[in-house]
Amino acid sequence: VNVALGRKEVEEIALLARLHLEPDEIERMQGELGAILEHFGALAAAETEGVAPMTHAVPLDLRLRPDESEPSLPPEDALRGAPARDGDLFVVPVVIPGGES
Amino acid sequence: VTVEWLGVAETAQKIASGELQAVRVVDALLARIGNLDRQLNAYLAIAGESARQAAVEVDRKRAAGEKLPPLAGVPIALKDVLVTRGVATTAASKILSGWIPPYDATVVEKLRAAGAIVLGKLNCDEFAMGSSTENSAYQKTKNPWDPTRVPGGSSGGSSAAVAAGLCAASLGTDTGGSIRQPAALCGVVGVKPTYGRVSRYGVVAFASSLDQVGPLARSVADAALVLEVIAGFDPRDATSLPDPVPSYSEAVAAGRDITGLRVGLPHEYYEGTIDADVRAALEKTAHALRDRGAELIDIALPHTALALPAYYIIAPAEASSNLARYDGVRYGKRAEAGDLLSLYMRSRGAGFGTEVKRRIMLGTYALRSGYYDQYYKKAQQVRALIKRDFDKAFHHVDVILTPTTPTAAFRFGAKSSPLDMYLADVFTLSCNLAGLPGLSVPCGLTAEGLPIGAQLIGKPLDEATLLRAGAAIEEAVGLGDRRPGGIA
Repeated sequence: VNVALGRKEVEEIALLARLHLEPDEIERMQGELGAILEHFGALAAAETEGVAPMTHAVPLDLRLRPDESEPSLPPEDALRGAPARDGDLFVVPVVIPGGES
Repeated sequence: VTVEWLGVAETAQKIASGELQAVRVVDALLARIGNLDRQLNAYLAIAGESARQAAVEVDRKRAAGEKLPPLAGVPIALKDVLVTRGVATTAASKILSGWIPPYDATVVEKLRAAGAIVLGKLNCDEFAMGSSTENSAYQKTKNPWDPTRVPGGSSGGSSAAVAAGLCAASLGTDTGGSIRQPAALCGVVGVKPTYGRVSRYGVVAFASSLDQVGPLARSVADAALVLEVIAGFDPRDATSLPDPVPSYSEAVAAGRDITGLRVGLPHEYYEGTIDADVRAALEKTAHALRDRGAELIDIALPHTALALPAYYIIAPAEASSNLARYDGVRYGKRAEAGDLLSLYMRSRGAGFGTEVKRRIMLGTYALRSGYYDQYYKKAQQVRALIKRDFDKAFHHVDVILTPTTPTAAFRFGAKSSPLDMYLADVFTLSCNLAGLPGLSVPCGLTAEGLPIGAQLIGKPLDEATLLRAGAAIEEAVGLGDRRPGGIA
C-alpha cells in the first residue's frame, strides 16, 4: 500500500511550519510521515463519543499574580545572544519593501 | 568507596562532617571526566572553573562554622535542555550552538541554593526528541555497560554520566519516558515526578502538557534527596502545583516496610513482544515484593495500545508550536536571507536536525486547519480515556509495576525507522499522558550483562510511595555494587 503523502502537501506543511526542506528531505518526509500517519489510523477506531478532550494532565485554573512590577531581564542581557543587533534593537531584513525610515 | 563513586547522601554527609573537602570531590570528578568522557561522550560542556569556585565556597562556609545546605558539595550535572546562566545551553541542537543563557532555570537555582555543584551539561537527543541520544547534533553518548550500545534517551548523557561515576546525580527531563528509559538502559534510578510537581521555568520546552524535570541517581535514596530539593511551587511556571513537598528522603529511610502495599500488574504491559530476560526479571521483582508483604493484583489498562499514537500526535503538535520561537532573530543561529520569511525558513532548515524536522512537520500536519478534530482533538480524547483507566486502577492498587522498556539497551543504528524508535517508549508514554509520577529502578541484568529496569507508576503527587516501593525493589533485586564494565 502506498501511504506516502504527496509532494505538494509536504511542501505546504513545510511552509506553514516555516521550515526550509531540501528536495531529498521532502521526498523522505513524504514516505516517513505517510507511514507514521498510517500507523496512527488506530486512533480513528477509538470510541470517543462524548469524551471531553484532555488538554492537561492536572486540572489547573489560571492564576492571577499581584499587579506589581518586578525586575525583568536587562536589555543588554536579552540582546547578548542576538545574531544581529543595532543598539537595543534586533535587526531583521526589510519587512515592508520601500518603507524607508 | 573512592571519592568519585560516592553517592549524593554520602558526599553531603562526609562534607558536612568535615571528613571530606568539597574541592577534593570536585577535583576528583573533573579528573575522572577528563579521563573517561572521551570514551563516553556524556558531557557537552564542563563548567570546571565555576564548579571549583562553588566548592571552595562550600569549604569556606564549613570552615567558618556556617550551617551547610542539604546538598552542599554534591557534584551534579544537568541535561542540556536546562538553562544555565553563563554556561552554553544547546538542547543538543545546532540552532542553539554558542548560546550563553542570561539566567538559570528554577531547578538550577534550587540546586545551587542547596549547595549542589554544577559540573556541566549533558548530551541528549536534540530538543529531547528521541530514545537513544543518537539525535544529538554533537556526539553519540555510549552506554557504560557496553559501548557498542546506546544509553537510551532522550536523557542519555544524564543516565550514562551517573552510571559511569562522572557525577553523583543528574537532572533529566521526561516527556514520554526520557528519564525512565535511559535510566533503565544504564542501570540507574530515574524519577519522572507528577506533572506540575517540579518547575519548568528555564527548561527548553518540547511538549508543554507532558514535560517534567526529574533526577537520575545511583540509588533510590539519592534520587529522593535531589527530588525534594527541586520540587515545589514556582510562581514563574503557570502549571506548577502549590501542594507542599513532603520529605521524600525521610519517606525512603523510614518506610522500606511495604506490608500491605497493593501492587497492580496490568496485563497489557506483559503481553506482546518483551525480551525474555526482561520478562523474567519483572516476574522476579513482583515475587520479591510479594515476599516482602505486598499484595499483587491483576489490573487492566485497556487503552494502553492507543497511548503511542495519541502521544505522537500530541507531543509533535505541541513541539511544532513551542519550537516556533527558534527563528534566527533573537538568539541562536541565523541563516542570511534577503527577506524575513526566507530568514525564518533557512535558519530553521539549517539549524534543526532530521528528527526535530520530522516532528515539527507531523505536529503542523495534525494542527492545520481542517485536520484538527481528526488528529489533535481525537488524541486528547484518547488521552482522557487513558487517564480514566489509571483512575479506575488506582481505586484498587497503590502502585503499578511494569517493565520500563521492552528490551535492554540496543546497538547504535539498530532502530532503522522512526516508528521502530518510537516503540522504545511504548511502556513509558502513558504515564506522561496521564500526568502521573513514574520511577525506573534497576531490577537485574540480562544474560549479556545489560541492566533491566522496573517501572513503578503512582497516584498523582504520591512520589513518596513510589520511592518506598522502589527502595524495596532495589534492596531485593537491585544491582548492588555491580558497576558497568564497558569503560576503562
